[in-house]
Amino acid sequence: MSKLRFTIDGKPCTAEPGQTIAEAAKANAVYIPTLCHYEGLPPVGSCRVCTVRSGGRYMASCTQVVTDGMAIENMVPDLEDMRRAIIEMLFVEGNHMCPTCEKSGNCQLQALAYRYQILVPRFPFQFPGRHIEAVAPKILLEHNRCIQCLRCVRSVQTKDGRKVFAQRDRSKKRKIDVDAKLAAGLTDEEVRKAMDICPVGSILMKEIGFAVPIGERKFDREPIGSDIEKGPER
Amino acid sequence: MSKPVIATASLAGCFGCHMSLLDIDDRILKLVELVEFNKSPIDDIKTFTKPVDIGLIEGGCCNSENVEVLRSFRKNCKVLVSVGECAIMGGLPAMRNGIPIKECLEEAYLNSPTVAPEDRMIPDDEDIPIILDRVYPLHEIVKIDHFLPGCPPSADLIWEALTALVEGRPLNLTYDMIKYD
Repeated sequence: MSKLRFTIDGKPCTAEPGQTIAEAAKANAVYIPTLCHYEGLPPVGSCRVCTVRSGGRYMASCTQVVTDGMAIENMVPDLEDMRRAIIEMLFVEGNHMCPTCEKSGNCQLQALAYRYQILVPRFPFQFPGRHIEAVAPKILLEHNRCIQCLRCVRSVQTKDGRKVFAQRDRSKKRKIDVDAKLAAGLTDEEVRKAMDICPVGSILMKEIGFAVPIGERKFDREPIGSDIEKGPER
Repeated sequence: MSKPVIATASLAGCFGCHMSLLDIDDRILKLVELVEFNKSPIDDIKTFTKPVDIGLIEGGCCNSENVEVLRSFRKNCKVLVSVGECAIMGGLPAMRNGIPIKECLEEAYLNSPTVAPEDRMIPDDEDIPIILDRVYPLHEIVKIDHFLPGCPPSADLIWEALTALVEGRPLNLTYDMIKYD
């Protein structure tokens, strides 16, 4: 099948049939901010940071597939402000103490806040009462920082396909649970991967932390998305 | 023309932001020429002696004295700036915010293994400021005009903000200036 033609903020782009807007944008060197989305995992569209607009309708670019002739609005002021508001909301509804966090500098929520140069959230801080769970032998589950993107639920599995993480309850009470027995069977490498998949500092590998010095961490020098905007390496 | 007047205070903070203010290298000589300091731990002036143009406050509000100082700053300063994570969102002291104050005090003064049995009492002397139920960001108590995040905010960010305010121009923020750690 031939390629689909569409535009993002007027820039002509092409996509493979069936490709989502987020994937296609990346392939065309256009950055659409994402947070709950993780390449290779089935998208859920839970955070809405990647919301774009086409034909006056709002859609999550990580779940919506491209159709031929689509004219997508991405970096427009009202969408950017809405994304910023979502990020600010995620900051106030958890307890994000960046100075104490092992993930600081490598955190995607923080990196988005840096990209948008958020100085202070427009919403009041909630300071919810949350806990730290250390039941799994190698994993520390820091509920204070969880943004419930469900990346861990979608990805971390044992070799026989059983899910290590799950969500419990609904709405404000929703939290991520870890199956301590299954988690005990994970190798160090798998735990490290789970920590990387978590966009914030909620899943931590025990007994390590602050391994990379300030200045050399992922988002110390360049805003998140810079690699995409530079285009694919040739 | 007289120089702009600056006042600073550290509430529930660690003085790290003040350290960062002093970390501006040789620009500190320019600072002396640029502004005049009034109430501040830097020059040890204890009370406001004249109207102040820019108030810089580090730390959140964790007790009654913090609130009093903050309100006096709001009264005496034309522009008030929240400096650092603690001022903006409570910071590390706010880690107690999810724990009832009674439990915090009991843990610190009664049940902690490092408290000698004969010293077990929760301080309640009337000269000691009363601790608040939780740590409050400054902008939840008074109007704050500007916010400088960081733990501490980098010397470059503080310098940029100060010079921008003194010169009356908008802040020119670069990517590396905004950091939360």
